[in-house]
Amino acid sequence: MDITDFYDTFFEEAGELLEEMEQHLLELDVDSPDPEQLNAIFRAAHSIKGGAGTFGFEALQRTTHLLENLLDYARNGELTLRRDLIDVFLETKDMLNDQLDAYRQSSEPDPEALERICQVLRQLALEEIGEEADVGGATAVPQQAPAQPEPQAQPEPQAPATVAAAGGHFCVALLNVAEKDRRLLIDELSHLGTVKSESGDESRYEVMLASSLSSDDIEAVMCFIAEPEQLQITSVADEAVVAENAQEPVQAEAPAETESKDAVPEPKPAAATGEKRAAPAKAAKSAGESASIRVPVAKVDQIINLVGELVITQSMLDQVAEEADGKRDGKLTSGLSLLARTARDLQEAVMSVRMVPMDYVFSRFPRLVRDLASKLDKDVELVTEGKSTELDKGLTERIIDPLTHLVRNSLDHGIETPAQREAAGKSRTGNLLLSAQHQGGSILIEVSDDGGGLNRDRILAKAQANGLNVSENMSDEDVWQLIFAPGFSTAAEVSDVSGRGVGMDVVKRNIEAMGGHVEILSRPGQGTTTRIVLPLTLAILDGMSVRVGEETFVLPVSGVIESLQPREDDLYPMAGEDLLLKVREDYLPLVAVHTAMDVRAAVTDPTQAIAVIVQGQGRRYALQVDELVGQQQVVVKNLETNYRKVPGVSAATILGDGSVALILDIADLHRLHQSKKTHGAFHGQPQQGMPQAFNPASATHDAGMQSPVSRTH
Amino acid sequence: MSHVSAPEKNSAAARDREFLVFSLGDEEYAIDILKVQEIRGYDNVTRIANAPDFIKGVANLRGVIVPIVDLRIKFRLSNAVYDEQTVVIVVNIADRVVGIVVDRVSDVMTLNAEQIKPAPEFGVSLPLDYISGLGNLENRMLVLVDIEKLLTSQEMALVAEAGE
Repeated sequence: MDITDFYDTFFEEAGELLEEMEQHLLELDVDSPDPEQLNAIFRAAHSIKGGAGTFGFEALQRTTHLLENLLDYARNGELTLRRDLIDVFLETKDMLNDQLDAYRQSSEPDPEALERICQVLRQLALEEIGEEADVGGATAVPQQAPAQPEPQAQPEPQAPATVAAAGGHFCVALLNVAEKDRRLLIDELSHLGTVKSESGDESRYEVMLASSLSSDDIEAVMCFIAEPEQLQITSVADEAVVAENAQEPVQAEAPAETESKDAVPEPKPAAATGEKRAAPAKAAKSAGESASIRVPVAKVDQIINLVGELVITQSMLDQVAEEADGKRDGKLTSGLSLLARTARDLQEAVMSVRMVPMDYVFSRFPRLVRDLASKLDKDVELVTEGKSTELDKGLTERIIDPLTHLVRNSLDHGIETPAQREAAGKSRTGNLLLSAQHQGGSILIEVSDDGGGLNRDRILAKAQANGLNVSENMSDEDVWQLIFAPGFSTAAEVSDVSGRGVGMDVVKRNIEAMGGHVEILSRPGQGTTTRIVLPLTLAILDGMSVRVGEETFVLPVSGVIESLQPREDDLYPMAGEDLLLKVREDYLPLVAVHTAMDVRAAVTDPTQAIAVIVQGQGRRYALQVDELVGQQQVVVKNLETNYRKVPGVSAATILGDGSVALILDIADLHRLHQSKKTHGAFHGQPQQGMPQAFNPASATHDAGMQSPVSRTH
Repeated sequence: MSHVSAPEKNSAAARDREFLVFSLGDEEYAIDILKVQEIRGYDNVTRIANAPDFIKGVANLRGVIVPIVDLRIKFRLSNAVYDEQTVVIVVNIADRVVGIVVDRVSDVMTLNAEQIKPAPEFGVSLPLDYISGLGNLENRMLVLVDIEKLLTSQEMALVAEAGE
């Protein structure tokens, strides 16, 4: 085991700590800061510092150390917080992120940036506190632990709370640490102080350590290389008491204390023994640790696959049992129905593993809004609703960019400056609402502002200038949709925030690619709401099964508008072989699935078939199928994992009988139909990149395809 | 045996290798057993439109969609019939799972270096690239197929070409 093995863990943990720090900083009420939050911020900085020291990330350590000192003053009330101080802290957090990224890529962070931020922090300490903050860079962990008022886990209850803040003897117990790992941990401890003695076995190995650090410094360092529950750090008066202490219950509570005292803002002598208060804090912390595990998505997907199989097998069993005997055995029946229920519940539970709360997305916006608003000189208050609404992990990652774009638009174009708002009789502070809620099998995400709203006339004028087909009588909704046209921007001038005319079309395209759609509601002077509707997951699709010949295909219900049986009178031939279907006032091209997908024995007469009106990527047409089979949720399977992209097909799924059905790609199917017509043949279109001669009939032209052993010919 | 010249190569080749032997019509072929994941019957294959005829379609292998290739059609053997005996060998190649349809799986053979003869020169037209040698076994001759090379080749059209 090498210490570099822990780098990744450290990067991950430090990254999370920084996120947490930012969130607390943003939530912090400057005038009456919540001591819990200040502590949390301090703890984050402190833990990162400890880890950075261990791994020798000097720049990171120096910066966090300076930050930590300031934060320490802040939580002790010696430093009065102001907005600009929070700004500095946020800036420092960004810098720490950069440093972390640099280390992650095995390079050194920018030294100039480091000096600059250190200077800013030192200056701040000098101005606010009147003392030069210590620059602890030389040693692994700074020797000085300034003004840490927390009580140590002292065996003597009457010990003054602050005395043991730094320095002393510690008994570090390593619980259930394998022998090979133990060596490494002890090496690490020896960097922190002097190892006086060590003894014990694998289940409990005690190391006596004389160190000038505080026990939570030691813990912060060690927890990057060992699990917190593997560590017990006790401060002892001298070595002699160790033996007794080991048997006392106070020993067992010791780690709880070291954790809990960070959470206790003011030192109280009574807290020095602290067992009572420590217990719940410990419980809360360990619950938080064991409540989640990191699992690669591939593993989850594998479980989803297997559970899907289980459900299919179960329904097959059900069918077999039904066919097998008419006088069904009561036990078999009840057993099977129990299996059915369990399998279904299991499937639901497994699918929910992929779901993450929208908070994952929303949590990045407070910072963005704050920074943008101050850049644009606007007062904006962001409110988020429905943070706990869950969405598929894959989708949350893809929704971030479109949402960011919409939020930027709202701030830049939507919400007016305070002066304008006042003139319009509104509050100086603009409101931006981000919300998420479930609606049936979809999630509804809204970005809503109370700004000036969209300007109908300007959009129309701009659309006309761009050569789009518009008229004055268009409904508002249709006008708003115009802003999704490529290259469309009504911003009077281009700012560096938004308004380059790229974006809204990309937003729309991205959302449609996720199987969702976007609409805009806007009222002049009252604001704009952009509403995004997305399916909850990409792993499951609302499918409509259709039969063509003897094959079954699945259409995404989201793309299906209606279905009907064409009448002779409504069919109009065009350009020879093309057929148009008149549906009310529209003439829609009729694409036969059996020609596009080469299905034999299908119904060829459109009047005997069913036309399904579909819409994909803005194109509406009719698909000719033999029969509608039914509507059900299907589990989407990638075809490209083991095969390749199939024209006209987006993915595959497994039907109740265990066979595979292809999910048709509505937009692509139309393209396939077009290209087949253009090429006049079904095989060997350039788009498929397939060699021409696979037909045995053409064997004479085909040099490479014969049997390697020719004697059977 | 010009291709085994270096001594260490010789000793490596001298180690016995195991092959799964299957037949296509009257011919016997063998593939490296380490590539084989499992053997199953041929059923429930969903046709894929606009694909070469030897790609029979895709099948569901415990929740994974797997393409099924019929080597008998690929190698132009007279009749490709699908019956109870028709077998699909599921192979694992280049991080992909592919099923190949064969007439029958006969046995697993261990061949040593002496028993593996280089592939003969077939003249101009045969895909020698995919034949790693001929196995000599008393009165039987096995064609040793480099299944990975064969299935990932462009002409199999199983893998999307770059830039598509």
